Amino acid sequence: MLAILDYKAGNQTSVRRALDHLGIANQITADPDQLASADGIIFPGVGAAGQAMDELSSGGLDEVLKSLIWQEKPLLGICVGCQILLDYCEENDTRTLAVIPGECRLFNPAWAEEDGTPIRVPHMGWNRVELKKDCTLFKDIPSEAEFYFVHSYHPAPRPEFVIGVTMYGENFCSVHGRTGLWAVQFHPEKSGAPGLKLLQNFHAYCLEARHAQ
Amino acid sequence: MLSKRIIPCLDVRDGKLTKGVKFQGNVDIGDPVETARMYYEQGADEIVFYDITASSEGRGIFLDVVERVASQIFIPFSVGGGINSVADMRAVLCAGAEKCSVNSGAVKNPDIISEGAAAFGAQCVVLGMDVKRVEKSAQIPSGFEVVIHGGRKYTGMDAIEWAKTGEALGAGEICLNSIDADGTKDGYDLELTRKVTKSVRIPVIASGGAGNPQHMADAFLQAKASAALIASIVHYGEFTIRQLKEHIAAQGVHMRTTW
Repeated sequence: MLAILDYKAGNQTSVRRALDHLGIANQITADPDQLASADGIIFPGVGAAGQAMDELSSGGLDEVLKSLIWQEKPLLGICVGCQILLDYCEENDTRTLAVIPGECRLFNPAWAEEDGTPIRVPHMGWNRVELKKDCTLFKDIPSEAEFYFVHSYHPAPRPEFVIGVTMYGENFCSVHGRTGLWAVQFHPEKSGAPGLKLLQNFHAYCLEARHAQ
Repeated sequence: MLSKRIIPCLDVRDGKLTKGVKFQGNVDIGDPVETARMYYEQGADEIVFYDITASSEGRGIFLDVVERVASQIFIPFSVGGGINSVADMRAVLCAGAEKCSVNSGAVKNPDIISEGAAAFGAQCVVLGMDVKRVEKSAQIPSGFEVVIHGGRKYTGMDAIEWAKTGEALGAGEICLNSIDADGTKDGYDLELTRKVTKSVRIPVIASGGAGNPQHMADAFLQAKASAALIASIVHYGEFTIRQLKEHIAAQGVHMRTTW
């Protein structure tokens, strides 16, 4: 079973619908015991980092999550859930969970597209991910596949945690983390077949990790 | 590199897909959920559903359509029509839509944009604008006026100013529909689209008038639109979305061609 973290700010139902479609058992929950017994956790999110962090810390979920991450519970952060794993987010000047070193920054409005026009913010639409290292999440996904992004802030982790980058005026980090603790800036649940495949790959990893224990 | 988006627009009335010309003479042409699924499989980058139902009973049927779409289609979709409050927004977002489009409701009460952006994030709020060409005047210096009620009512608002206001209030995107071009298949209003894309930094969807893939390439290359809304060009089977994308990509426009 995969747990979808319920912290009110996120859009959990899209993730739930995608997992249902894939036949992956799942539970939207904020219950620490359910989170601990799940094979893995999906940390979804839309909206603002400040509001999301407030929701997490007011229920004590921030400490629950951190402790599960230290225990190597597999986790996939999506969009705001990807940004919040870092130390700090410029959005609402927010101190975040600090499980991956780095920060989250507003897109630089001086960045320009190939034709010289300044980038539009939010970065909204389909874009590719160029992997900088092998990643289980992307197994059997073609390199030209595109994913759906919608965000105004982008992760900037310490370089050794960069897994994939995306070009929008300049390259920014769109996938970061380490094996078993992954964060993607795009929305796999809204990225058609490649996104569904990524969720399947995460689930497969969670089951393997459980068997290995 | 960010791909330009192709967005089929489905007008839904009492739970059925319908299509009119210049907002008149609608005829039912199919099931919105099946049609949406077909476009998803053909490579649509997003889908827009527009509820043109008048009754509250029809609204319930429409929300059911949204829920069924959300459980079968794993690309973003937005919902417009009849959204006049944050509660209306919440209803369509909870039913599974990513974004909601406010149009007349925002003209009457612009605060709905900022309230929606605060509650759900700017990326959820699309400012839908219906625009008509008029004589340039002190009040409408651009010669493009915002209209509501399907083009029947003039608002006295300049389209360029309204676009800037919408951006400042927190809209994440603008869907810009030319009433003059709508349903004509003569191409998007490139002058209008370029004026708006120059005036704001949020993405702009060109809408109204697509009759062939060149029209869409023009909207991207000349008018700098981020996305192109289409309807009859695909509803009647003239082109599949893949065919449209191949034509447009051949002009050097970056399109998503793997899905």
